[in-house]
Amino acid sequence: MTAAYELADVRHCYGDRCVVDIPVLEVRNGEILGLVGPSGAGKSTLLRLLDFLETPTQGRITYASTEIDGDASLANRRDVTTVFQRPMLLKRTVAANVRIGLKLRGLDTKDSSTERWLDRLGLTDLADAPARTLSAGEAQRVALARALVVEPSVLLLDEPTGNLDPYNVGLLEEIVRSENAERGTTIVVVTHDVFQARRLADRTGLMVSGRMVELTDTEAFFSAPQQPQTAAFVRGDLLI
Amino acid sequence: MGILGRAFADALGLLWNMDPALVETVILTLQVTLVALVIALAVGIPIGAAIGLTRHLPGRWLIVPLIYTGMGLPPVTVGLFAYLVLSNQGPLGSLGWLFTPAGMIVAQTIIAFPLVVGLTMAAVQGVDPNLPVQMLSLGATKRQVATVTLLEARVGVTAAVVAAYGAIISEVGAVMLVGGNIEGETRVLTTAIVLETRRGNFALAMALGIILLGLAFLTNFAFHRLQVHQGAR
Repeated sequence: MTAAYELADVRHCYGDRCVVDIPVLEVRNGEILGLVGPSGAGKSTLLRLLDFLETPTQGRITYASTEIDGDASLANRRDVTTVFQRPMLLKRTVAANVRIGLKLRGLDTKDSSTERWLDRLGLTDLADAPARTLSAGEAQRVALARALVVEPSVLLLDEPTGNLDPYNVGLLEEIVRSENAERGTTIVVVTHDVFQARRLADRTGLMVSGRMVELTDTEAFFSAPQQPQTAAFVRGDLLI
Repeated sequence: MGILGRAFADALGLLWNMDPALVETVILTLQVTLVALVIALAVGIPIGAAIGLTRHLPGRWLIVPLIYTGMGLPPVTVGLFAYLVLSNQGPLGSLGWLFTPAGMIVAQTIIAFPLVVGLTMAAVQGVDPNLPVQMLSLGATKRQVATVTLLEARVGVTAAVVAAYGAIISEVGAVMLVGGNIEGETRVLTTAIVLETRRGNFALAMALGIILLGLAFLTNFAFHRLQVHQGAR
């Protein structure tokens, strides 16, 4: 199986503070990779690098066998999309929000894909509602539909269910899992909820202070962690 | 009936009869105002958006106070400046625009431009800074990010349009200096009001005033409907 991403000696620093320092990382094509760790561990910054929103201060990122030199191409950028913790919807209708990615790509917005995704996320009745009237859970469902309607090769999730109730968490996780199974979408999910990583991820990594402490199959990560920090994190101890 | 009441009654009579000179003045007023507004919007909105979206703009410490100063430019000073630039000895004297509607459009564009830039900038800065990031993540180009952000700031941008329109349709000092208030050529509602008041034709001056207010109200009513409609989304 080829790699979606390969990172080599990637460091990302603001001044002399390096928030990401990863000598080597492979994100496999079609896997669900979970990233856990305390706040400020660099998980979100790593996602921003994978989404080509920032270029690393040092090191090399290879995406789909193409080395990204400086700014990623528009085609590569459009292959990857992120759902952030806050949905950041436009002041438009729910349907217009879901369509925006298609519009940005100059694709046909009249085909049935928008309706299909609205339906899949239980938003059909809200299609014409202004997005600002939605609850947190509904808004995040719109954000997920908006990300998936463009059929990305890679979906990045940054604490996607941080503020949500169990019903919405379950629904979003179910969609993510089936998207991965049906379309083979590569998924990287950053979460502070270790149970979410355990439920979703094929492999899980622990990041602390910008470094990957341990990255292994999710089952082994939770049942037989090799690093004391991982064992402590899985137990629920505070990591500093 | 006092002088005010008589003037008001006469004004309604003049309006009812659609006096040809009056119609000409109204049309020129709208032409000059709308052309100046369109130019100021076409140039000012992209510049305001660019300044609002560029977080690390070199010279921002100077540019922003300059724009704010421009938003309060005394129209008569702008008129004087345009007068000197367009006069025979001025750098643009060869255009022959002094005492023409083109010259008045130049002056009014200068008055409207900083208002459009400043209020567009403020509107764009009011949009959540995470929105451009989200749009980039959804595959937007930089130009698309600017367009989406402007649309998101549309209520504020409409306010910029309203402010610029109000400033120039009601402005008298600059159009008086640059236009010269020539009957049938450069006479607009505001300069006509000044002239007729001085002549003692209070009824006509009042009629012109009512029309000016009516034009301002109708246009702003339309802008407001647009804003309400946009805000609902």
